[in-house]
Amino acid sequence: MASVLRFRKLCYVESAVKCTSVGYESFEIDEKLDKKEEDVLSANNFALEINKKRKQPKRQPKEWRCLDSCCWIIGYLCTTWWLLLFFYHCLPVTLLRVPELPGPGVRLKREGLTALHPVVLVPGIVTGGLELWEGRPCADGLFRKRLWGGGSFTQIFKRPLCLLEHLSLHYETGLDPQGIRVRAVPGLVGADYFAPGYFVWAVLIENLAKIGYEGKNLHMAAYDWRLSFQNTEIRDHALTRLKSKIELMYISNGYKKVVAVPHSMGVIYFLHFLKWVETPPPMGGGGGPGWCAKHIKAVMNIGPAFLGVPKAVSNLFSAEGKDVSYIRAMAPGVFDSEILGLQTFERVMRMARTWDSIVSLLPKGGEVIWGNMDRSPEEGHVCDFSKKSHSKTSLTTNNVNNSDVKRGFLVKDLANYGRIISFGKPASVLHSSKLPTADSKEYSRTSTSENFNNFSCGEAWTEYDEMSRQSIQNVAADKAYTTTTLLDLLRFVAPKMMRRAEAHFSHGIAENLDDPKYNHYKYWSNPLETKLSDAPDMEIYCMYGVGIPTERSYVYKLSPNSRCKSIPYQIDNSVHGEDGSCLKGGVYFADGDESVPVLSAGFMCAKGWRGRTRFNPSGIATYIREYRHKPPTSLMEGRGIESGSHVDIMGNFALIEDIMRVAAGATGDEIGGDQIHSDIIKMSERINLGL
Amino acid sequence: MSFLRRRKGTDSSKSQNLRCNIVKEDEKNNLYESPRKESYNSKKWSCWDKGLTVNHPVVFVPGIVTGGLELWEGHQCAEGLFRKRLWGGSFGELYKRLEVIREASIKLTDFYMKLIPLCWAQHMSLDNETGLDPPGIRVRPVSGLVAADYFAAGYFVWAVLIANLAQIGYEEKTMYMAAYDWRLSFQNTEVRDQTLSRIKSNIELMVATNGGKKVVVIPHSMGVLYFLHFMKWVEAPPPMGGGGGSEWCAKHIKAVMNIGGPFLGVPKSVSGLFSVEARDIAIARTFAPGFLDKDVFGLQTFQHLMRMTRTWDSTMSMIPKGGETIWGGLDWSPEGSSFNSGAKTLRNNSINNTDQIPNINLANMKNVNYGRIISFGKDVAEAHSSKIERVDLLDSMKADMLANLTNCDIWIEYHDIGDHRIKAVADYKVYTAGSILDLLHFVSPKLMARGGAHFSYGIADNLDDPKYQHYKYWSNPLETKLPDAPDMEIYSMYGVGIPTERAYVYKVTTATDCSIPFQIDTSAEGGSEDSCLKGGVFSADGDETVPVLSAGLMAAKGWRGKTRFNPSGIPTYIREYSHAPPANLLEGRGTQSGAHVDIMGNFALIEDVIRVAAGATGKELGGDHVYSYIFKWAERINLQL
Repeated sequence: MASVLRFRKLCYVESAVKCTSVGYESFEIDEKLDKKEEDVLSANNFALEINKKRKQPKRQPKEWRCLDSCCWIIGYLCTTWWLLLFFYHCLPVTLLRVPELPGPGVRLKREGLTALHPVVLVPGIVTGGLELWEGRPCADGLFRKRLWGGGSFTQIFKRPLCLLEHLSLHYETGLDPQGIRVRAVPGLVGADYFAPGYFVWAVLIENLAKIGYEGKNLHMAAYDWRLSFQNTEIRDHALTRLKSKIELMYISNGYKKVVAVPHSMGVIYFLHFLKWVETPPPMGGGGGPGWCAKHIKAVMNIGPAFLGVPKAVSNLFSAEGKDVSYIRAMAPGVFDSEILGLQTFERVMRMARTWDSIVSLLPKGGEVIWGNMDRSPEEGHVCDFSKKSHSKTSLTTNNVNNSDVKRGFLVKDLANYGRIISFGKPASVLHSSKLPTADSKEYSRTSTSENFNNFSCGEAWTEYDEMSRQSIQNVAADKAYTTTTLLDLLRFVAPKMMRRAEAHFSHGIAENLDDPKYNHYKYWSNPLETKLSDAPDMEIYCMYGVGIPTERSYVYKLSPNSRCKSIPYQIDNSVHGEDGSCLKGGVYFADGDESVPVLSAGFMCAKGWRGRTRFNPSGIATYIREYRHKPPTSLMEGRGIESGSHVDIMGNFALIEDIMRVAAGATGDEIGGDQIHSDIIKMSERINLGL
Repeated sequence: MSFLRRRKGTDSSKSQNLRCNIVKEDEKNNLYESPRKESYNSKKWSCWDKGLTVNHPVVFVPGIVTGGLELWEGHQCAEGLFRKRLWGGSFGELYKRLEVIREASIKLTDFYMKLIPLCWAQHMSLDNETGLDPPGIRVRPVSGLVAADYFAAGYFVWAVLIANLAQIGYEEKTMYMAAYDWRLSFQNTEVRDQTLSRIKSNIELMVATNGGKKVVVIPHSMGVLYFLHFMKWVEAPPPMGGGGGSEWCAKHIKAVMNIGGPFLGVPKSVSGLFSVEARDIAIARTFAPGFLDKDVFGLQTFQHLMRMTRTWDSTMSMIPKGGETIWGGLDWSPEGSSFNSGAKTLRNNSINNTDQIPNINLANMKNVNYGRIISFGKDVAEAHSSKIERVDLLDSMKADMLANLTNCDIWIEYHDIGDHRIKAVADYKVYTAGSILDLLHFVSPKLMARGGAHFSYGIADNLDDPKYQHYKYWSNPLETKLPDAPDMEIYSMYGVGIPTERAYVYKVTTATDCSIPFQIDTSAEGGSEDSCLKGGVFSADGDETVPVLSAGLMAAKGWRGKTRFNPSGIPTYIREYSHAPPANLLEGRGTQSGAHVDIMGNFALIEDVIRVAAGATGKELGGDHVYSYIFKWAERINLQL
């Protein structure tokens, strides 16, 4: 370190000396210091050019001074930049790393917890890594390199179009396109970090390792999250592998049952697995009716999207939503670059629509769950984006009082959450009787004759291009859509996609669960159309964050330009509610973890499966564990140890501790039963679902 | 079967090679255009027509040293290295730390330089008594294909083979890397990590999900022994075995394609155990020069390494097996004459050809006593046995045991034995493969006691003796029967044409207390240029690590036909690949290499593997493919079959 200091001193002295001399000499320092810095050099050349120009009009001192200071600034900037770079490289790695706070693992180890039950992690959508096995010439040299997640995206920055092409699936089959094979990265590396420094499972893994977990009793059930769930089995045998892995871990760890920890979409994937494994072949895994009871101790769902997420709607409808903006933040080069030009969204939409899995996240249960035109279970929710103080005081009061206080606050423009898409703000506020009603089913797509767009735009990218302007406007004229009519809407605007995906997913509520049609796999991932398996000793946890405004419904508008290949709809960001309203930038917010609303995450545990119901015939115990979101207090904390947001919650120490205790043998009652901060119980009371 | 159609036209392997060479030329051109690291990665067996497709699932079993290890729990000094590679891969994080600290803090060098490599050695060591984890440290094998595709950045192991298999459609669901902790004894991998159970379960899964197609297993180096152990384990009843039943192998395995298999051990491991001077260490040294060379350990580098490697039970699995019967006695050895690198002609069915082997060569050369694996002094190595005066080792064992314990801060067993015992070792002069065991027992009793519980090095008189059901015999092909699977095939694939360590000339060092008392006498050189004694090492034909004798004998004789070691008559095939060094720098490590690890990039070998994986049998490949004198040597060995 001493030498560094000495060198730094030297640098300072040197630059100080130079500064006293004539202005345009300052670039010499840089040249001496590092010739590899091309930026510096080019900047210097620039400075030199300016200097040359400057030499001629020496007589005008005022102009001269201006140019001079310009050069000075450039020189200083370059020098500081270089110095910073230099010190960055000098610093030992250990200092650069954000000092990690000792996780709960250390403490629990001291308490005497040791690894008991094997743990299976099931990653969600987007977070799993994908690697290339076979590709087109543009992806040469990327064999078995990450296309998505994990390491750096740098390779792919250079060829964003190539990335989009390889990540897309076949539009008709939902499987691999010809000549492209992209596969999930297996093992723990598959989803421990999404990007360097951006953990997903890493913190949990590290803490589990502290009490003795390792490769033999910790498994990451990586799967290709773009495919529909049954297709992961058809193409990759992912479900069979998971079954075999769980059986192996069960046997090789002394016949200890497995604790499954799915996250986000992994939750419904695992639900699908639980049905699949007990179903006889060829459709199922043939594990027999007792399989779950024998092999699984607990399913600890993190941020479960049981009943879908409204965000998926906006994603499919117009490729907007926070996920996209999030990706854009992570990889600015891909989506904002000039190469893609203005059609970024269109290309992303085209890619996202080939992914069946997004359809699995559409809201399930229709109007019964998500509310109709005029009522919704969240009614009366108070949004306090700015009122931090209010939320703090409400923390101290108890739950019931809290919600009463909120009642008092009841705001003027009541949020009609049930209208998941409305066109224009009035349509989202007005009472339903005042809305013009039209059934979207009446529309026909017979307008191909007047489809002049196709000719002018060449290749059709999205199914919007096949629609006429007239039918696009018809859709908007319908004003408001609930979750039920939404599906019709999507079927109308993207018939091929929905036809493909609806062979794999269903979004309704079962009238009679014993109907033999429910043996089909497309119902397995919908908790409202399947029975839980007969495993009375199993436990189901719903663990999710609360206290973050979460997208719940949208206000749309027709996009102004009718250019070719543009998406005709977009969220109306100009619409804002008054203070205290839940409407912001065209989006109605409700309580949740930033991605999944409380309703979707908690309802099944709070009501649908609570006790013996028709969805849960054997009375599997359910527990709700909510974690109130607290933003990180200081920079050192990174993404926070008390965060409640959808992905960051995986670093929440309270959640990690719960998982570790269960993995080490505790039951739900031992870790404290339910822990509720939100209004989930009240909300589910309002939902009129036959149990 | 499309490749059969292809075979009709070209039944001589020469024309194939010709075509492939053309393709390689093209690749070289590509390399000129973009000489980046990836370009080597994408080297493909483009000779193929589109005909071959995925058929049998493939299982890779990596060898010693090549598998990656990662840290799961460690001491204070390894903070922040959780789940980072300690071995293999790029050595990345650890080495980077070392580099950074070295650059930044010159003053503190002494402190850090000692600390970090010591920390590394400490974590890589196992417990000296049990051969398992030391308390507070858990180092585990990396799983998945990444475990052993590259040993270091740019130094491929399995990567080329994987890339080529992927070309015909293989992917994660049809390829499986049976990664295991190569430091442990084979049975301990099951005890600690349940590795054998995992392999069994994975093979069963792959057979089930690929329509009942049996797997093709491709073990490399020590993986060959590991898989031999596995095949016995899986059929043995629990608790010692996997309880798969006596037909498991017949049901699940189509072929075992052993690459560079040290079936009967490697002489190198003796020098490794005796004085840490094997070339494996040299390889490690080239990759991480900071670790081993730069006075990092001070003068005691070797002792530290020795201390580390001696805690690894697996090194003992490769001590030469079969004793004097196989490796030769004081005055004879199966190889007889010295290694002749000149004659490199294809010698298929060489049993018929043995007469034609030029005897002139034999006459020219001095008879090399390969049988004497260790001799003290060059003159002793060459003298006839009757002229050597030997002092019996056992006598000196009875001598006074009051060892003068030195103050060395590192522990190796050499410091527990006294000076006069060291002298006794040297006085015995000559050691054959049989007496080498006594020697090792003598100089490091604890180590051998631990190893003896897991490995055995003899030849079975009666294989039906119930004692051979113990797991310590399972990895010795001379003490086990192959499974009852007549449809299975066993291939021995290895490189030939590289001088390979076969026997050593040692000397006693008179250095300080704290050094290893024995060293290879690097000054011992053979008389003529053709001599196979160079730098104290007698070389024989082989692949640089494994002598032909060890790699080929079982397939050439021990298992050929129905023998007592192979009761069901599993067909065996020998596929030798003559070593041709890379023609130019751009070829990297060569596409025709025969060296122990580089052979994994040998196109001829890759072709064989791919065709078997796509469904071909050994006969369709062309049966035996022999360059060396292995059949002749096998005849000289008097092994009861």
